[in-house]
Amino acid sequence: MANLAAVVGIGQTKYTTKRGDVSIAGLVREAAVNALADAELTWNDIDAVILGKAPDMFEGVVMPEIYLTDALGCNGKPMLRVHTAGSVGGSTAIVAASHVQSGTFRRVLTVAFEKQSESNAMWALSSPQPFSTHLNAGAGGYFAPIIREYMRRSGAPYDVGIKVAVKDRLHGARNPLAHLQKPDITMKEVEESFMLWDPIRFLESCPSSDGACAMVIANEELAGQSPKKPAWIRGAAMRSEPTMYAGREEVSPQAGRDCAADVYQQAGITDPRRDLDVAEIYVPFSWYEPMWLENLGFAPEGEGWKLTMEGATSLDENGDIPWNPSGGVLSSNPIGASGMIRFAEAARQVRGDAEQHQVEGAKLAMGHAYGGGAQFFAMWVVGAEKS
Amino acid sequence: MKDIAIVGYQQSDLVSDAGACNEVEMIIPVLGKLYEQVGITNAQDVDFVCSGSCDYLQGAAFAFVMGVDALGAVPPIKESHVEMDAAWALYESILKIRMGQAESALIYGFGKSSPGELPIVLSQQLDPYYLAPLWVDTVSLAAMQARMMLDQGLITEQDMAEVVARSRQNARRNPHAQLAGDVSADDVLAQETFVSPLRKADMCPVSDGASAVVIATVEKAREWGIPYAVISGIDHCIETHNLGMRDLTDSSSTRTAAKNAGMHNGAVDVAELYAPFSHQEIILTRALGLDSNTSINPSGGVLAGNPMMAAGLSRIGEVFNRIVSGEASRGIAHATSGPCLQHNLVTVLEKA
Amino acid sequence: MSEENEVITGIDAPVALKYNFTAGAAAARFLTQVKKGVLTGQRCPKCSQVYVPPRGSCAACGVPTEEEVELSDKATVQSFTIVSIPIPNNPIQPPYVIANLVADGANISFIHLMSECVNEEVHIGQRVQAQWKPQEEWDYAMDNIRYFTPIDEPDVPVEKIGHVPVSGWEG
Repeated sequence: MANLAAVVGIGQTKYTTKRGDVSIAGLVREAAVNALADAELTWNDIDAVILGKAPDMFEGVVMPEIYLTDALGCNGKPMLRVHTAGSVGGSTAIVAASHVQSGTFRRVLTVAFEKQSESNAMWALSSPQPFSTHLNAGAGGYFAPIIREYMRRSGAPYDVGIKVAVKDRLHGARNPLAHLQKPDITMKEVEESFMLWDPIRFLESCPSSDGACAMVIANEELAGQSPKKPAWIRGAAMRSEPTMYAGREEVSPQAGRDCAADVYQQAGITDPRRDLDVAEIYVPFSWYEPMWLENLGFAPEGEGWKLTMEGATSLDENGDIPWNPSGGVLSSNPIGASGMIRFAEAARQVRGDAEQHQVEGAKLAMGHAYGGGAQFFAMWVVGAEKS
Repeated sequence: MKDIAIVGYQQSDLVSDAGACNEVEMIIPVLGKLYEQVGITNAQDVDFVCSGSCDYLQGAAFAFVMGVDALGAVPPIKESHVEMDAAWALYESILKIRMGQAESALIYGFGKSSPGELPIVLSQQLDPYYLAPLWVDTVSLAAMQARMMLDQGLITEQDMAEVVARSRQNARRNPHAQLAGDVSADDVLAQETFVSPLRKADMCPVSDGASAVVIATVEKAREWGIPYAVISGIDHCIETHNLGMRDLTDSSSTRTAAKNAGMHNGAVDVAELYAPFSHQEIILTRALGLDSNTSINPSGGVLAGNPMMAAGLSRIGEVFNRIVSGEASRGIAHATSGPCLQHNLVTVLEKA
Repeated sequence: MSEENEVITGIDAPVALKYNFTAGAAAARFLTQVKKGVLTGQRCPKCSQVYVPPRGSCAACGVPTEEEVELSDKATVQSFTIVSIPIPNNPIQPPYVIANLVADGANISFIHLMSECVNEEVHIGQRVQAQWKPQEEWDYAMDNIRYFTPIDEPDVPVEKIGHVPVSGWEG
């Protein structure tokens, strides 16, 4: 049985289009220093560093942990670099937790980042490869047909995605770290925004951000001595499946369903909508909220959009299961960090430390990330109590 | 903590150019042989899978995603990836077993370095503001390191040539080696220098290849009824990226990792060291305090073939082979990452 | 601001790396056929599903694929998007339709362009056919097919998409 572990410190940077005032090293260090300060610890208290980010081509630095060790106070310690595509922020947190849950380390630092402004992310994703038709118009071009198939199957009204786009931006306006600050956003504004990849509009897509997120994860003994409330890791799971195979269910991937079942089982959750108080779910395009509501078992198949439309996932409408109170990926998207932000924001909620976007009395929260062609999944459940 | 063992190891032939063969086509035959060795059907029969690869070798983002196509990951599997040598994927897998979430794991690494210019590609590992724009390649940095050692009288060119000769001789017994032959130190010294003071023979070749390992709890290995070697310790350690702040003639992080892995708790019969340059083998041997009682790089080491992202895992596999064959009862494997041995991992393996 | 006090917030450090890309054995065989104007898939020896373009393995079963299957250049729209932004390094002018298409005889979709169609009328289940470049321009490349255009055949019901035989769709 795994040893208990808990998040005892969280640090984030402000998310924005371009952090011209810091280097890549400066960016990761800022998040790490914030996490240490939150935990009231120093660099000497850290036994290992686990770093995550999306493809190296986003910044043009090959295996950047080699260069970032100095900035992350890791010299003389173990450094591990995780890369599982878009889910990497979540996977990195899970791998970091396993350092402690295995009993191998007492306290580790984990950091995930992306400094998209250093390069051109769309170019990195669309670099031409000979021999294949070069039609990759960024991630939106890949996911739009899948969203269209969801709309066809579920018969959901056309404005579900618009509603999610508004809801998450209103949440983001409560979070000073969120990249997009749109407190006055309206359904009309989203609907009239430019149609990028039909059916995905500009305002139904995530921004491109610079940013980093860090957490300190400690074992039971050290977490017990932590000055602030720990967020206990109650379950963590990962699943992968191939990008393409005949008969693959792309709208509600099996890997997502299996991963959720695994993490719920570990955390003793039988009905996620009832048992969880809040969830931070990776929704880079608005329609993925209803799709993941179904995939993760918050709603029966074909009915996820009803929760969205009823306001069940909205903090502002006093929904029973707020999704992405931080504003989510739709408000800030430093790709490699986005998954870790979901995990960290779930932890903030159960620590009662989420300030203006706090879900009142949250005791059990879920963090979720996915990547690749919606084929890599990482999820965790954190609680205010050990069990 | 449960004892964990290596139960199988396979690698591809190491070649300078795998030609019209993509990563999946490179991995599948290696995994096929490994499944047969361990007696399993595919990745569904282990509890966790972890791989190591680097996008920049192939020059395409998400190159590792292709690797999943080789696994038969339907239904979905528990899987992870490090953008590092697969020796670190093995490290991650061990944590997974130690925490009780798995009893067995498949680890694989692959690298196809032939499409790019490897030393130039690796130059982009350096500090992106100060060093990478200078395009200082890894061979030049290693040459500077060798120069320091020669000028300080720590080694001679003869010492370096002897490392190369032993590698070529040992590699004659390694059917997968890229460079092998009846080569003497004098033959090496007769070569012209390439990046002074390094001769071409002092450098590992550029290789395409893949390797894979299955690990399991000792209980599981016994249940499977196959030979195994126990992983009695593993640790890794990174040093500063600032080359000017490091003593490049030594490898303190290797020493730390070896100590933490418990290398000194017994005799070391065999050591497989990831030394991409001849003088680095001497640095590592000295940092580890190895003497003539230890057989060093009996496979020929990476001077005989260096499949990036797989070579560190292969070192562990080579020690496993020697323990299982009875040639050795205890050995260590070393893996490295970064310029001039910046990040080092040491694994200690023992006879069951 | 005097020159000595100017704050440097960034430098341009262009990175250019050269790669000799290889397609892989399965893709090489596929492209050799495409140069002759023929689409070929590969059948999985285990689950019998036909992959196009073939990648040398069945991703679901994790086994190598060998058997080659000649496919039709008629296909069905599995899903699609109308894109309003340009693709980097690609001359296509927006708005254009990118579709996931399943060729008759194959069980998995590939991505290609649709054109000579009313964008607003493109729909899931629609039948399309390849429009090839003139034969003298054929190369080892999927863009020997310029794009796909709608054909006058009845729609394929959603549950049958991915299961149309190479002989075509009768409706």
